[in-house]
Amino acid sequence: MKNNWPLWEVFIRSKNGLEHKHCGSLHASDAEMALVNARDVYTRRMEGVSIWVVESKNITATNPDNNGELFEPAQDKVYRHPTFYKLPDELKHM
Amino acid sequence: MNDKSTNSLPLGEMSEGQRGLLYNYILGIADNSMILGQRLGELCGHGPSLETDIACTNVSLDLFGQVRNYFQYAAEIAGEGKTEDDIAFLRKEREYKNVLLVEQPNTDFAYTIVRQFLFDVYHLLFLEQMQNSEDETLAAIAKKSIKEVSYHERFSTDWIKRLGDGSEESQQRIQKAVDNLWTYTDELFHQTTADKAMVSIGVAVDVTTLKDAYYAKVNSVLEIATIEIPESKWFQKGGKNGVHTEHFGFLLADMQYMQRTYPGMEW
Repeated sequence: MKNNWPLWEVFIRSKNGLEHKHCGSLHASDAEMALVNARDVYTRRMEGVSIWVVESKNITATNPDNNGELFEPAQDKVYRHPTFYKLPDELKHM
Repeated sequence: MNDKSTNSLPLGEMSEGQRGLLYNYILGIADNSMILGQRLGELCGHGPSLETDIACTNVSLDLFGQVRNYFQYAAEIAGEGKTEDDIAFLRKEREYKNVLLVEQPNTDFAYTIVRQFLFDVYHLLFLEQMQNSEDETLAAIAKKSIKEVSYHERFSTDWIKRLGDGSEESQQRIQKAVDNLWTYTDELFHQTTADKAMVSIGVAVDVTTLKDAYYAKVNSVLEIATIEIPESKWFQKGGKNGVHTEHFGFLLADMQYMQRTYPGMEW
């Protein structure tokens, strides 16, 4: 039975004002069942106030083989962080 | 659980006989939830899929939570140092007052979900009424439980529709489970002596008044699920008076083993 069910990714908002975060995946035959299953599997301990589900096949992901060219070039560019710059003393609350 | 001083009939003012009837009335409610909870608990690790396994055991835990509220209250009524565990685990078969429906085995997922559906529809109607009980503890338990049971009903109704109006095999299995469990539905609306006594003082729900709404709801769901409504007018009864089906002794043996082998054991 379960082998026929597609995989879904589950995103939970832990409280109002916060963003939905990916928390795991599950099997379900359609979106409605995926929501119900997500409620039962992932919000049993008051983890959430809102649930999104997306069928996994609809997510396009980067290929880990390309991680070198995609992400490593950023490693030696610390000047892209705001903390790299010295702020004048007059500037507060940064 | 709440202040009993405003209760229309405080325990202290009840006669011995009335307290006994209230005690039996509470067992009648609580035993349904406990025995169904035990049946669902048997699925822990054995559900048809990880997701439904967790869903069924969640329902089980909801029911056990409700049962604790009932038995804590029953223990208070019984006095003599009785605890909720004594009431839950140390009675004999004939002293359990649950309806026969909830003790029926988890033959397959169709049976599990049909049993659940046939009970949930009743349970929700029952709790809606019990919120108006003159007994404030029972009314409070009903208010607290009703959200959980609304979800149970939604969950089982959803599955009845999916499987009934699903594949040829799932439809046949649901039909078979409905045909076999139907005979246990009428008992839900039988009144015991305790029921009648408690209805007369505004404490109990008059279950006979729930019957029409129950079958209307059940039949409408079965229709959507393309399941034929059984025509048989012959119904089983006995659970409410402690006369159970052959499955019940085995269930109790499982459920009571720990307390009987290690009396007074706690987690």
